[in-house]
Amino acid sequence: MTKLPRWADVVLVPLICLLIAFVFCGLLIAAIGQNPWVALTSMIQGSLGTQSGWGYTLFYATNFLLTGLGVSIAFHASLFNIGGEGQATLGGLGVAVACLFIPWPHWSLALLGSITLSALFGALWALIPAWLQAKRGSHIVITTMMFNFIAYALISYLLVNVLRPEGAMDPATARFDKAFNLPKLADIFGVMGIPFSKAPPANIMLFVALALAVATWALLWHTRLGYAIRAFGKQEKAAVYAGISPVRITLYALLLSGGISGLMAVNAVQGGAHRLVMNSVEGAGFIGIAVALMGRNHPFGIVLASLLFGFLFQGGAQLAMASDPVTGEQLKIPREVITVLQALVILFTGALPYMVQRPLEKLFARGGR
Amino acid sequence: MPSQANLGRQATAAPFAIELRGISKAFGPVQANRDINIAVPKGTIHGIIGENGAGKSTLMSILYGFYKADAGTILVGGVETAIPDSQSAIRAGIGMVFQHFKLVQNFTVLENIILGAEDGPWLGTSLARARRALADLSREYDLDVNPDAVVEDLSVGHQQRVEILKALYRQADILILDEPTGVLTPEEADHLFRILRGLRDQGKTVILITHKLREIMETTDNVSVMRRGTMVGTVKTAETNPEELAELMVGRKVLLQVDKDPANPGREVLRVENLRVMTEGVERLKGVSFSIRAGEIVGIAGVAGNGQSELLEALGGIAEATGRIVMNGVDLPLKGLNGQSRREAGIAHVPEDRQVLGLIMDFAAWENVGFGYQNDPKYQSGLFMNNGALRADTEAKMARFDVRPPIPTLAAKNFSGGNQQKIVVAREIERNPDLLLIGQPTRGVDIGAIEFIHKEIVALRDAGKAVLLVSVELDEIRSLSDRVLVMFDGQIMGERPPQTDERELGLLMAGMTETTA
Repeated sequence: MTKLPRWADVVLVPLICLLIAFVFCGLLIAAIGQNPWVALTSMIQGSLGTQSGWGYTLFYATNFLLTGLGVSIAFHASLFNIGGEGQATLGGLGVAVACLFIPWPHWSLALLGSITLSALFGALWALIPAWLQAKRGSHIVITTMMFNFIAYALISYLLVNVLRPEGAMDPATARFDKAFNLPKLADIFGVMGIPFSKAPPANIMLFVALALAVATWALLWHTRLGYAIRAFGKQEKAAVYAGISPVRITLYALLLSGGISGLMAVNAVQGGAHRLVMNSVEGAGFIGIAVALMGRNHPFGIVLASLLFGFLFQGGAQLAMASDPVTGEQLKIPREVITVLQALVILFTGALPYMVQRPLEKLFARGGR
Repeated sequence: MPSQANLGRQATAAPFAIELRGISKAFGPVQANRDINIAVPKGTIHGIIGENGAGKSTLMSILYGFYKADAGTILVGGVETAIPDSQSAIRAGIGMVFQHFKLVQNFTVLENIILGAEDGPWLGTSLARARRALADLSREYDLDVNPDAVVEDLSVGHQQRVEILKALYRQADILILDEPTGVLTPEEADHLFRILRGLRDQGKTVILITHKLREIMETTDNVSVMRRGTMVGTVKTAETNPEELAELMVGRKVLLQVDKDPANPGREVLRVENLRVMTEGVERLKGVSFSIRAGEIVGIAGVAGNGQSELLEALGGIAEATGRIVMNGVDLPLKGLNGQSRREAGIAHVPEDRQVLGLIMDFAAWENVGFGYQNDPKYQSGLFMNNGALRADTEAKMARFDVRPPIPTLAAKNFSGGNQQKIVVAREIERNPDLLLIGQPTRGVDIGAIEFIHKEIVALRDAGKAVLLVSVELDEIRSLSDRVLVMFDGQIMGERPPQTDERELGLLMAGMTETTA
């Protein structure tokens, strides 16, 4: 059977998928009587055209990078962890505990503390489904999904009944101590003498996440554990032959997966909201699945895919407020269209690459002779 | 283009049941069939022989309508016939018996036979018609099967007869059998060949695809040899010999007999006592005891599925067992999964199914060379794996075992079966184990590589190591082993010297000892 050259498989297929998604989005926007070209340019302007836009894009990208990495590690073990949402929610609880109850002397220690606790909470939230899968064969897709709901209910309860400051009306914790605020990109670039917008919440977690991407790559392709995870994910029976314990690998892979997903809360909660609110994850756990799929479960691909989704998120938010540059009229694109747009991109890049692969293979086979 | 009438006249003149002219088929850059010409005379058994990947299966798939040829024509009974799908093949009188049977396990024989050839929505009439037809066919061809038996209760040999009956019921004049004896005992294989000869004598044409030279020599009238997608030649079986056929297949002289000195057994390396394995509530290994000494090859003969796989898996630490396994005087753990502890005890294991157990097919060759030995300090450097050392080791092994192509970064799935097996054998033998477990060492491996792998096994024995050989190829067992144990239904039926008459071994393999026979 013919196969695509690697570069085409890795670069061309996602790009074509993306293009198809954008064409469909364009048709949709045209169908509601708006100018797709104007919509696209205002999306780009809003997300990549200004420092502030870039800051927000990178902030969202950091969220998706972390959940994407988490999903991908489980994917390599052939485990479909769709519980990133719940694990990140519990990670948020870890951040809240670290920032509300421990008097750290410095933000850096607070960061270490919240990283530790959020990873721990996220990992433990993945541990129960992992254990059920490894020991009892309960399917991980079902259990992690259920644990998303349990996480949501648990956080609701805690925010309403335990963590809500007295007299507050909304189900959220008190604001964290300002001293625990993470250095923003403006602060970091400021040290190097580069001016950057102070508005967006993008912070030092961007670099932590990038470092984690490198660490994930090293783990998967340069350590024994990564070797075992990948072998187990490809052929479970063969892994047993090689003396790799399926139980242990299932547990390790999901602990790592949940832990990294949990870290997403450090960026969103400590770096962004400065307090724990309901739905602090905002779907990043699910988008992480699309990011991992589009990035072909490779950390480098995941970095690129998370940037794309950061752009969609930020650009989409801008689109709702955009106005026509010529007439100055407000674009009448309802918020829902933006959700549809993001869904289309997920659909085409995450779920339908085969639709593109086959014709492309034929094209290459013909061109090759 | 000659007129139809013209072709029709040719048909009466042509004695050929099937004629292929200039058939070519490519899969992407791989030319599976190149300008194949073959003519099969009516009423003969025609063998097609060739190494794995020579293009035999592709050719037959074209004939049966699974693939469309890029070029060439097919003549059935002298008439040019298009075969776009298997329905057309059946209409043209071609029937196929696949290596892996396509029977519904919980249907009766009769239901399986009419499946897809029902007369109408009401099954009663079809079943009655099939029952009459089946009675005729059974009488005519010595194809004795109970029409009301449920298929899953039948032995493999009988299931194969159902497949043949299925084809005959569909009025097949030309019967293609793809590696039909792989799952049969020698006894069953003999019966099959009697049936095939009977079919030929009744005027049917049989095409037999196989890689076993002996079957070709015993059964066929003519044989066509394929090599790397081309037809090397067609000869009369009576005018050739196995050596010549092997040379045609491989393209060079091949040593068919294993060249070895008598064994010189030393101390006991492995002792197995009352070993039992349960899988899914069924006892597959029912109390097996034997021992292997240093410097000998013990062969386990038996039809596939009689507990040999479970024996290998228990010894290799992949399956849980009860009883005792004593290696170099030390009891090995039997509970849980113990692949790692077996390796530490000096046991190397070439599993029966390299593509399911022995290799990670998506991994590069160099990653597979470390497979099972990923904890070996020589492949580590600190926290990380020493991928460089693995690559270097792979290059050395590829050179020594002549793995082709010698590219360490190529994924295992992109090597041929023989070269995949060489990677596994190289990995396990180069550990210099005290005991080598080796299952189906040459399944799906071409003749050239078989010769090489056999030599390596004998060399390991001569170095004073113990070898446990499991194979369903009786020839392989007899030519390699120093002692032969025959397994049937999870038990060892007896031990025989390798020179034992094939018939006697065959009876043991079918569960018949002297007392019960």
